[in-house]
Amino acid sequence: MNTGVEQLQEKVGSILDNYQHDKGSLVSILQDTQSEFGYLVREALVEISTGLEVPLSQVYSVATFFRSFSLKPRGRHLINVCLGTACHVRGAVRILEAIERELGIKSGEADEDLKFSLETVNCVGACALGPIVIIDGKYSGEMKTDKVKPLLDSHD
Amino acid sequence: MNKLGSPQELERLRESIIRSSEPNRPCIIICGGTGCVALGSGDVINTFKQEMQENGLDSKVDLRVTGCRGFCERGPHVVTHPEGILYQRVKQEDVAEIVSETLLKGNIVDRLLYVDPETGKKIVHESEIPFYARQRRLLLANNAKISPDSIGDYLASGGYAALNKALFEMSPERVIAEVKKSGLRGRGGGGFPAGRKWETCRRAEGDTKYVICNCDEGDPGAFMDRSLMEGNPHSVLEGMIIGAYAIGAHQGYIYVRNEYPLAVIHAELALKQAKEYGFLGENILGSGFDFSVKINRGGGAFVCGESTALMASLEGEVGEPRAKYVHTSEKGLWDKPTNLNNVETWVNVPLIVSRGADWYTKIGTQNSKGTKIFSLVGKVNNTGLVEVPMGMTLREIVFDIGGGIPGGKKFKAVQTGGPSGGCIPESLLDLPVDFDELTKAGSMMGSGGMIVMDEDNCMVDIAKYFISFLEEESCGKCLPCREGLKRMRQILTDISEGRGEEGDIELLECLSTTLVDSALCALGSTAPNPVLTAIRYFRDEYEAHISDKRCPAGVCKELIRFYILPDKCTACGICLRKCPVDAISGAKRMVHVIDQDKCIKCGTCLDVCPERFSAVTKGSSEELDVPAEPIPVTASKSKTKASDKPSTDSEV
Repeated sequence: MNTGVEQLQEKVGSILDNYQHDKGSLVSILQDTQSEFGYLVREALVEISTGLEVPLSQVYSVATFFRSFSLKPRGRHLINVCLGTACHVRGAVRILEAIERELGIKSGEADEDLKFSLETVNCVGACALGPIVIIDGKYSGEMKTDKVKPLLDSHD
Repeated sequence: MNKLGSPQELERLRESIIRSSEPNRPCIIICGGTGCVALGSGDVINTFKQEMQENGLDSKVDLRVTGCRGFCERGPHVVTHPEGILYQRVKQEDVAEIVSETLLKGNIVDRLLYVDPETGKKIVHESEIPFYARQRRLLLANNAKISPDSIGDYLASGGYAALNKALFEMSPERVIAEVKKSGLRGRGGGGFPAGRKWETCRRAEGDTKYVICNCDEGDPGAFMDRSLMEGNPHSVLEGMIIGAYAIGAHQGYIYVRNEYPLAVIHAELALKQAKEYGFLGENILGSGFDFSVKINRGGGAFVCGESTALMASLEGEVGEPRAKYVHTSEKGLWDKPTNLNNVETWVNVPLIVSRGADWYTKIGTQNSKGTKIFSLVGKVNNTGLVEVPMGMTLREIVFDIGGGIPGGKKFKAVQTGGPSGGCIPESLLDLPVDFDELTKAGSMMGSGGMIVMDEDNCMVDIAKYFISFLEEESCGKCLPCREGLKRMRQILTDISEGRGEEGDIELLECLSTTLVDSALCALGSTAPNPVLTAIRYFRDEYEAHISDKRCPAGVCKELIRFYILPDKCTACGICLRKCPVDAISGAKRMVHVIDQDKCIKCGTCLDVCPERFSAVTKGSSEELDVPAEPIPVTASKSKTKASDKPSTDSEV
């Protein structure tokens, strides 16, 4: 039976194979790794570094450069609040603040039970619906502050 | 599917597809673009499938899901073919009626028709709706007609005919000459003549060359490229293959923003289909030309929209730009000659090749040819994608197509060019959309984001927003950008929070000059544009913040207060219940009062106070005559009108 470490190595190995161990595909490899494990687990970064023959510092540098990556565990439900300009002019900041108040966390954090993670994104291209909140890939548009609590409560 | 081995095979296939389709066969066309999906079109689509099956219609009426048709404000859209009836804001619960009335009986469901706000009349046909009628849709036209996952649809609409022509009737040099003659300028923001870039790349030394499609679309508020890639990915591919042929590149990359999952899916599918049919790979259509494409996703970094940063990301590095005194068309990806163009630029190419540069140059202005797609968003009635010939005025776009400002508010500014652009005031609304004219006004065309603002937007807040955005997105490599944006953000924050000082405006202008002169890439060097235009056209607002500690638009939290007007409050109690910090006191028939020490300026009370009372207001430095403690109500509750709904009941 595979140990946890072996399972991780197998999964990362399979991702690296998909990209033919191509160094240029590092960003895509990290994205697939994050999809697999929920976040960028340190051990996975080490495997990627070995597999691509790229220094771990370089892998770490890329992993921390791009905002879509998280090196910390995320909550079961990922909340993304759009702070693009169109959403901003329609009051997106107030929606973000309402969510922060409701969950007691700031953007970039997860709550204690790892139920929710809160992140912001700069435009998802659905500007007619602003302000937008996306939870687990599902979009809720034309958000108002009083809709925040019912939306969060609808997630287990 | 056998690969097509010659232009004749392609044309025979196209003819057979067209022959086997019935042009007037009834069809229900539903928008499946990201915007409409976000509004529930997925449920609408599924319900249509169910209802049509239950009514025995699934073999008689086709169902086609298209990409973004651009009128996002009114989505989800359902259009009937061949009648062309447009139903807007369709919900799942409306589907049964559309099926029973329109599909089965040929009746129109009135309540789902678009109402022209100017005339109050209902409009039945999509083509008559002013939003569409005033546009000139050359690039977006197919978005409303074809299924993005059907190469057959693309072929039937004339797809890959331009590629045919380029490969078999034109030499690479001739293709370049045609693109140069057309005057096509890059649509990603730089506005550089595409043909000239192609020529430089073709002439550069080396046999290995690359072409790249930049679908990073980082400008917040812009979604033109999303819609093109989601809705018509083959048009992008066709442009790239033609460009690669002209330049002599055999490998291409499409760099798609991570935040556009549907665009990635449709691009991957189009790639797979193109390979199967022989439009990609070796010996394309028997021409002897080889070309392959890979898709890479971005990682959520705005700076990777800059060409050298994008290339760094493709090389597995962090997205840091480099100086461009050596052009990427000579040394780009892996130091090889590389031609990078924006999605919309690539989509123009098949058009230019098939219809000719002479035709293309008739559209637009002297120095800005063709059409441009804008995403018209923000405080505007008709939010969506607008494709117009270059040279149309901002006023026509915002008011004639956009329908003006909602809620009877006053227009204040329109921001073009994203974080690199500037805010254009009312006095300049008659400027034509043209690369050079917009630059002269202190803004720029940019990728096409057009954000409308009204009297409730604060120009200090807007400048602070853009600078904060850019500070976060700055790669940090060069000092002017890394440190300069930080200082500008600090100064703007101080101004917005009542700590502005005499000399701050001049300091912002001085920092701006430094960034313009010395930042490594366009992120830094254009960052001052929103600030400089805000100061240039709205200086009085800055001075009010600095000298009077006042925010005229009522936005900057530290400078505003919320009040409950005693002559309007009817003690309905909604604001008291909804206040997240229990800052409101009151009782039955007692005017409610906000405790200013507890109030966190979240604006919830303003949101939830029923419109018919409108008892909550914002003030900035004015002393309003409001009681310190709850007093008996004097305002009378009027009867609820059918159209009045408190904002707590508002639906998505």
